[in-house]
Amino acid sequence: MIPRDRKFTKEHEWVLVEDGVASIGLTDFAQHSLGDIVFVELPVVGDAVEAGGRLAVVESVKAASDVFCAAAGEVVEVNAELEDAPERINEAPWEAWIARVRVEALDEGALLDADAYEALVKAEEEKA
Amino acid sequence: MQEAKQTPLYANHIKLGGKMVEFGGWALPVQYSAILAEHKAVREACGVFDVSHMGEITVQGKDALAFLNRLCTNDFSDMADGRCRYSPMCYPDGGTVDDLIVYKKRENDYLVIVNASNCEKDFAWMQEHAQGEVTVKNISENVAQIALQGPKYREVLAAAGTEGQLPEKPYTFREDIILAGVDCLVSKTGYTGEPGVEIYLRPEHACRLHMALIDAGAVPCGLGARDTLRFECAMPLYGHELSADITPLECNLKSFVKMDKPDFIGKEALAARPRTRRRIGLELVDRGIAREHCDVVDAQGRVVGQTTSGGPAPTLGKNMAMALVTLEAAEADELWIRVRDRLLRAKRVKLPFYRSVHT
Repeated sequence: MIPRDRKFTKEHEWVLVEDGVASIGLTDFAQHSLGDIVFVELPVVGDAVEAGGRLAVVESVKAASDVFCAAAGEVVEVNAELEDAPERINEAPWEAWIARVRVEALDEGALLDADAYEALVKAEEEKA
Repeated sequence: MQEAKQTPLYANHIKLGGKMVEFGGWALPVQYSAILAEHKAVREACGVFDVSHMGEITVQGKDALAFLNRLCTNDFSDMADGRCRYSPMCYPDGGTVDDLIVYKKRENDYLVIVNASNCEKDFAWMQEHAQGEVTVKNISENVAQIALQGPKYREVLAAAGTEGQLPEKPYTFREDIILAGVDCLVSKTGYTGEPGVEIYLRPEHACRLHMALIDAGAVPCGLGARDTLRFECAMPLYGHELSADITPLECNLKSFVKMDKPDFIGKEALAARPRTRRRIGLELVDRGIAREHCDVVDAQGRVVGQTTSGGPAPTLGKNMAMALVTLEAAEADELWIRVRDRLLRAKRVKLPFYRSVHT
């Protein structure tokens, strides 16, 4: 089930904004497409990120994939648990946030709500 | 994916929920369940792979042996019937056309197994260099290939039903073995580092045998696990550790290059060209994963080579890489690998990374 408390990108990240801080993670569709995740290259607290810029890199057994940042701002927290347990993204994608960003600007237009994201996933699954 | 050719096992891959990708022009599953689980199944129990994309070329005739000895770097002169022998095949400049396995069925009758993505190139190369009484035929379309790998492969074959004496010694094969009612050629070979067999059969029976092996307990495995398994055992993969720009000597395959043979294609160049780099193993000390084509840097900050393959070694729980580096750098205990904008510290380790305890 796709959670309804957050927004989504076309690149299959989720964004949950609370008190001006965006938590960013990968969706269930993303973790499933990537397969076993074996390493997450986290940003550093204090890093400035641009909207649409690279926030982190997730490595599956086969390949590296960028995690894009829907919000412009400053990284205020990283999920250090993922350093030793990157598989948390496979096990619990909706809980395993990667980093938190204090939002300076959020490109709302580029974000999808749960219904729109569900439709996107459906379309991608049919394509595959 | 539209363009990709389907192997005789395509219907089974779909039925088993394989995640299909294009590889060397073929539609093949990268995984069914998960790469790490499939990897583990082969190390601890038994896995089954579709390797029908591999090329099969027959070499027959009075001059077949002389031809193979000229074509390849290994020496097939003393091979007994029913033996397999690995060999690189070189260009005149010493670069590698492909690596392959020669099966000797009987005098003047050989079967050569080549890489899928190189099959047409290899076949053309072989035809071009055939001399005397030799017939070279590409029979790939008429052959399906299934690899059954892992310490429990014998139990799986017994459960599936085996008639005939299976090959027991590594790099031997037997013909006319009946597996699950299907007539097969079975060789004790593989690309996983575990004991196991590779099975050659008519394409129309492939789905039936494949399913019978799965019903008998083999875990279906995809290309992802095939790559991590061969990587841990440091088996070269053409396009990575070997290529037209990499000689077998640089890839540390000296024992398969018989410089005492009178002649073979590439011999002169290999003898004349001093080796300036070689393949080494690296274990990442810093967190991170280095894949192929990353620069390798020494303590002075000089680029001393490139990685050829890299990623997790699941059995070891470590991240490793193979690299081609200068002979000087190959002696260093510590090197660095450039991954995106970071330099990851790595220590040099012996190859292979993993050696099976099973036989």
